Amino acid sequence: MNEMTTEGYTTADGRKIGGVLMEMKNITLRFGGVVAIKDISFDIREGEIRAIIGPNGAGKSSMLNVISGFYVPQEGEVWFRGYRRGPMKPYQVARLGIARTFQNIALFEGMSVLDNIMTGRLNHMKSGMLAQALWWGKAEREESENREQVEKIIDFLEIQNIRKTPVGRLPYGLKKRVELARALAAEPRLLLLDEPMAGMNVEEKEDMSRFILDVNDEFGTTIALIEHDMGVVMDLSDRVVVMDYGKKIGDGTPDEVRSNQDVIDAYLGVAHD
Amino acid sequence: MATDSAASAGPQSIPALLARNAERYAALPAYREKEFGIWQSWTWAEAAEEIRAMALGFLSLGMERGDYVAIIGRNRPALYWSMVAAQMCGAIPVPLYQDAVAEEMAYVLDHCGARFVVCGDQEQVDKVIEVQDRIHHIEHVAYLDKRGMRKYDHSRMNALEDIVAEGRAGHHRYEGELDKRIAELGYDQTCVMLYTSGTTGKPKGVVLSNRNIIETSRASVEFDRLTHNEEVLAYLPMAWVGDFIFSIGQAYWAGFTVNCPESAETMMTDLREIGPTYFFAPPRVFEGQLTSVMIRMEDASRLKKWLFHRFMAVARRVGPAILDGKPVGGGDRLAYGLGNLFIYGPLKNTLGFSRVRVGYTAGEAIGPEIFDFYRSLGINLKQLYGQTEASVFITQQPDGEVRSDTVGVPSPGVEVRIADSGEVYYRSPGTFVEYYKNAESTASTKDAEGWVATGDAGFFEPDTGHLRIIDRAKDVGKMADGRLFAPKYVENKLKFFPNILEAVVFGANRDRCTAFVNIDLTAVGNWAERNNIAYSSYQELAGHPKVYDMIRGHVEEVNRSVADDPMLSGCQVHRFLILHKELDADDGEMTRTRKVRRNVIGEKFADLIGALYDGSDSIYTETEVTYEDGRKGKIRATLRIEDAAVVEPAGQRMAAE
Repeated sequence: MNEMTTEGYTTADGRKIGGVLMEMKNITLRFGGVVAIKDISFDIREGEIRAIIGPNGAGKSSMLNVISGFYVPQEGEVWFRGYRRGPMKPYQVARLGIARTFQNIALFEGMSVLDNIMTGRLNHMKSGMLAQALWWGKAEREESENREQVEKIIDFLEIQNIRKTPVGRLPYGLKKRVELARALAAEPRLLLLDEPMAGMNVEEKEDMSRFILDVNDEFGTTIALIEHDMGVVMDLSDRVVVMDYGKKIGDGTPDEVRSNQDVIDAYLGVAHD
Repeated sequence: MATDSAASAGPQSIPALLARNAERYAALPAYREKEFGIWQSWTWAEAAEEIRAMALGFLSLGMERGDYVAIIGRNRPALYWSMVAAQMCGAIPVPLYQDAVAEEMAYVLDHCGARFVVCGDQEQVDKVIEVQDRIHHIEHVAYLDKRGMRKYDHSRMNALEDIVAEGRAGHHRYEGELDKRIAELGYDQTCVMLYTSGTTGKPKGVVLSNRNIIETSRASVEFDRLTHNEEVLAYLPMAWVGDFIFSIGQAYWAGFTVNCPESAETMMTDLREIGPTYFFAPPRVFEGQLTSVMIRMEDASRLKKWLFHRFMAVARRVGPAILDGKPVGGGDRLAYGLGNLFIYGPLKNTLGFSRVRVGYTAGEAIGPEIFDFYRSLGINLKQLYGQTEASVFITQQPDGEVRSDTVGVPSPGVEVRIADSGEVYYRSPGTFVEYYKNAESTASTKDAEGWVATGDAGFFEPDTGHLRIIDRAKDVGKMADGRLFAPKYVENKLKFFPNILEAVVFGANRDRCTAFVNIDLTAVGNWAERNNIAYSSYQELAGHPKVYDMIRGHVEEVNRSVADDPMLSGCQVHRFLILHKELDADDGEMTRTRKVRRNVIGEKFADLIGALYDGSDSIYTETEVTYEDGRKGKIRATLRIEDAAVVEPAGQRMAAE
């Protein structure tokens, strides 16, 4: 990655990638005596699709939780949009422009798809509780504006037909899509996806891949994702961080990572004799 | 007043009708489309303005008189507009089936020599780009939905929205030219070119003139007394002649509103929200709805089930008579009125049929139970018989003379005669001009006097004057012993069972008939669930012994009914198998309008047909399938073949000996 400058780079398919959006410097995260992440540094650039991969237990989810601010590392620094970030509350993270989806879907099962996605707009609603309860003045206007934004996302993700369906009645693949919709509703700068393809069949994976690419292309959203499916990761991402036992063993474009001997060893196993 | 001369004094093109409507119905809704969860609407005046701007934009791109403009996408107002805008420029719109794979699209695009292609979205653009290396005459691609299009090379590509903006910006430059071109449009100029789905061979481009479309629309609007207050839902493929007549021809003649659904998946919800007054659907849509009603009733509470079955019995007894205005006793009327309050009304509302004044089904035979179900609810569902070459209408059923087994009387202005061979011929103002670049087929279909062979065999019922269609004329054949073989007659009877989606009957030049059956996954799947039958795939369910038992029951019932008709009793099905895959247009087994292609099936499944006749009980087979993205794969299966009991008609045997 020597040729990369601070201004960014251009991907193989001609997309312009900007400067550093988020930088992780020498992150170490421990749970008691267990070291989940050991001295890892990497950056995420404006507009890119950045993947974090690794075998089970490599520390990928912990890493994502550090990025999202849910875990605070014992050592190291997290820089976001040029500022060093301290410990934060979840709503502060959301206000910074970071949204995420979860490995185990975390939607309100009893609520409709529309209402679920509307919850993603919470940060964009400024009117007070009383005004909202009375559905009066600014609250009413705000709701229409937010609804419009939500409808654009519904259209974008092609879920018009389940708009009014309670989430609990949806199949797994669609729930994942609704979760993505809710994250998008927040209009994030940085979107974190925790195993967006887990448990999906080939067709659902293809759909989801297309949506991830379209989100990145259409809204210019920076995306960081964790994924097990190597094929998907290699096709989707601009750059990949590979972790194993809490350490970073590779970082670069999919091609660079694929030919990295440490990565091959970690994935295919290496003979200990 | 409905004479030829009167009509020819009126507007002589779709753009002329648009101009008339923009004045006459200026503030009434012309188009609606659900987008972002809300029905957006355009009045006739607004639509006229949009279309004009689009036409100006097309001129700025250099659209010439006589150019062919392909339109590919789902039903959306802007795509309808692009057809009319192309007509304004003197060009000819050619709507294509949007679910066609690139290969099929290539043939049509090449055949019509399209210079412009208007695509609904990225998916369609990709297909056009895929064929563009072979087809070099496509000069410009326009697309409606901008999503995902940013990265494409735009040197010969534009968003439709930008073309419209360009047209508005340059209106001073192009207005004179556009008005000149609109004024030139004549009654005998081509209005649209539609490709037939082609049960045999390659699709043919049917050229329809302004006269064809406008005369047909005028006559059919008068026949059903349609007004500018009608609401239709445009959801059937734009490439199909029916959609062109309903959503453009009749809509422009009568000035009614065309509503476009939000997406194919939301069609049922949108249908309910719009509540069309004039509705058209192929039988399978009605079948699908009835199946889903019945499935949901199975899960309803006992009281509801009781009410439903009780009142449906009343409806079946007196509903059709009440609809036809025949005398019905006071007690029955009261019962029907109560039923309407408790069951039929809410049910119609759920189905989206509360306001239907005129409903049509065509394309395939509809099962009598299905047909009667809708009519008994008080929905004026009728049948019509038509084809692309006739601008749809050949025969249709007048109000009050509706039956499930006929297709009605000749439509106004249409002459129908039956040839000695039994084939149906017609001549009408809607009769097509020619097959594009295919003088040979034109000559073999349409004779010098304008009579067109339908390719269907049928007869007029002597006492009612209604036409009955038996089968495709070329499919009606002889069995080895000379008995009449009409496969579709039997197939339709089989398909009337909700569990059977498709059937293909063989028997021409053979000593007995056999059949392939496709199960309906929705109906059979639901049945399996209720009967605790576990299955993991379509193939497994299709091969399940209990499913075979059920289908055998259906086949035997059809045999009994076929045996009743002395002429066709030879068509009873002796042996059958259940196919391991659904017959699919992507695999070439059906047309895009879901008609079976016998010769393709005959070739592709030759091994299976062989097994049906050589007496074996099972056969191993491998079948190539095409996925939606065009990739190919193989399905392997071992299929069971079973015998079905046949009925020996007593008189028949004597006569044969």
